Amino acid sequence: MNDELLRKFTRVSDVIWELPVSFKKGMLVPARIYGTESILKDMDDTVVEQLTNVACLPGIQKHALCMADGHSGYGFPIGGVAAFDPEKGIISPGGIGFDINCGMRLLKTNLTVEEVQPKIKELVDLLFKMVPSGVGGQGFVTLNSAQMKDVMRLGAKWCVGRGYGTEHDLEHIEENGVIPGADPSKVTQKALGRGIHQLGTLGSGNHYLEIQAVRKGEIFDKAAAKEMGIKEGQICVMVHCGSRGFGHQIASDYLGIFTEAMKKHKITVKDPELACAPFTSPEGQDYFKAMACAANMAFANRQVIVHQIREAFRHVFKDAKLETVYDVAHNIAKLETHLVGGKKKELLVHRKGATRCFKGQPVIIGGSMETGSYLLVGTEKSGETFGSTMHGAGRTMSRTKAKAAISGKKLQKDMEKRGIYVKTGSFSGLAEEAGFAYKDVSEVAKAMDIAGISKPVAALRPIGNIKG
Amino acid sequence: MPKGWKLLEGVVMADLAFEANGKDLNTLFENSALAVGSIMADLKSVTPALSKDISLEKEDVERLLYEFLSELVYLKDAEQLLFSEIKATVSKNNGWLLHAHLKGDKINPKMRLGTDVKAITLHKYEVKKGKAWTARVVVDV
Repeated sequence: MNDELLRKFTRVSDVIWELPVSFKKGMLVPARIYGTESILKDMDDTVVEQLTNVACLPGIQKHALCMADGHSGYGFPIGGVAAFDPEKGIISPGGIGFDINCGMRLLKTNLTVEEVQPKIKELVDLLFKMVPSGVGGQGFVTLNSAQMKDVMRLGAKWCVGRGYGTEHDLEHIEENGVIPGADPSKVTQKALGRGIHQLGTLGSGNHYLEIQAVRKGEIFDKAAAKEMGIKEGQICVMVHCGSRGFGHQIASDYLGIFTEAMKKHKITVKDPELACAPFTSPEGQDYFKAMACAANMAFANRQVIVHQIREAFRHVFKDAKLETVYDVAHNIAKLETHLVGGKKKELLVHRKGATRCFKGQPVIIGGSMETGSYLLVGTEKSGETFGSTMHGAGRTMSRTKAKAAISGKKLQKDMEKRGIYVKTGSFSGLAEEAGFAYKDVSEVAKAMDIAGISKPVAALRPIGNIKG
Repeated sequence: MPKGWKLLEGVVMADLAFEANGKDLNTLFENSALAVGSIMADLKSVTPALSKDISLEKEDVERLLYEFLSELVYLKDAEQLLFSEIKATVSKNNGWLLHAHLKGDKINPKMRLGTDVKAITLHKYEVKKGKAWTARVVVDV
């Protein structure tokens, strides 16, 4: 970030930086960025441009927020959180992202790193076969249109009904794996066509399936870890993916619908990717119902992947038991009750690359595939961010620069020497995800801890990774 | 012959941006489609085994290109198709018309795959005519 821009911030606390409404014409609320001074300095200028554009959207409440892992996105920044008055405010696909309900699942196992490390290649190779990834990947579950609509309505619950999971899984998923209000009639045939073969697939980009070990000496909250069943040296599995082409198409379809609807509703925005509609308008309600379909498909997608992970583990380790610690979305909009001016108020909270972190709730943070990840827990103070925190490390280097800096094959060899076995269908895609392209996840988690929003429970280190 | 597109640095942090050009709209559309295809696979590994025709009509050239590229993303998921040979014909009637003849293949293990494109975005999207036509496109990956 350039110095002139940095000087415009007021330091609210050690890790909260604010731009007043006078920063840009049209801002309705101040913009706030969470992070240490070095995190703020490393953020690209576009984050400020995008966040202050969000602060201009009708009905926005309190602050436009960016978490410590923030970087520029489309319309909203990644790491962005914005809450709107449901009566007077808008809903924007750009505040949710193309990958609706992109999120994280964390599984704990009854296995230790000493048991799994010697068989990591066998395990990762089998998982790579059983969990399709990469461009155009198709899953093993065959659905007809009616069944796909059931998935849209029932989410992970549909999977459990089919034997792809347990009631325990559902109890440990945000909203128990089903967002209410999903209406398949609001989804286009195109979206259905893109998603119908994709249940149980990872996708590519920054999506992955990772075998991790709970770092020794890095359980930070013993009571929370005990409650979540997390122990030092224990093997966990982390899955990062979303609603695949199905959600991407819904986002694209409604971006077009909203671009037209804005003329009718006389809304102007500072960026075409901020296209929005009043939440109460027919277009706004239709998108909310279609978004719920995609969110449910994403819960189902991760649930089917979990089923495959269990099968693969049991093939290699006969007595392996894998239980869900939690599953949480980081690209979504939800109606939630929060305090505004000391009073409880229903708000439409947009989280784009930001994780819900209600008090006591596990929060799963994916770092880079080289450096490791975190399990956090939400706090009471998270009310100040509408119950939201970071979602990952956050990029600091573009994909083209990362690819120019290292080849995928070299990165794979380097990682193997450090005890991380990676399998990928795309070496160029692997290079794009090199650890040096990301912020230090520990510093980002620390910033949100200092802010009192989310507290670290345990650190996880990768030992095997499937990269889409 | 130099390729008619290049990846752009400094436009987006987490995704990919490219600039395509063409002496006329036909070439611009062809090069833009090759750029999207090349992000998803090394197109030398995509044999022209199958063909597909696409016809679109939109009110302006910008929207026509956006819809065309979005259609390629759709076909990648819905029909598992990637294309390595593109023949585009763009003409003006009341609106703008595109007819594209595409040759490619179903995604298979012989292909050297790259990064999945989730969506064509409107972020910093631009189609303009100078000495030649150019398009700047950011894709969500």
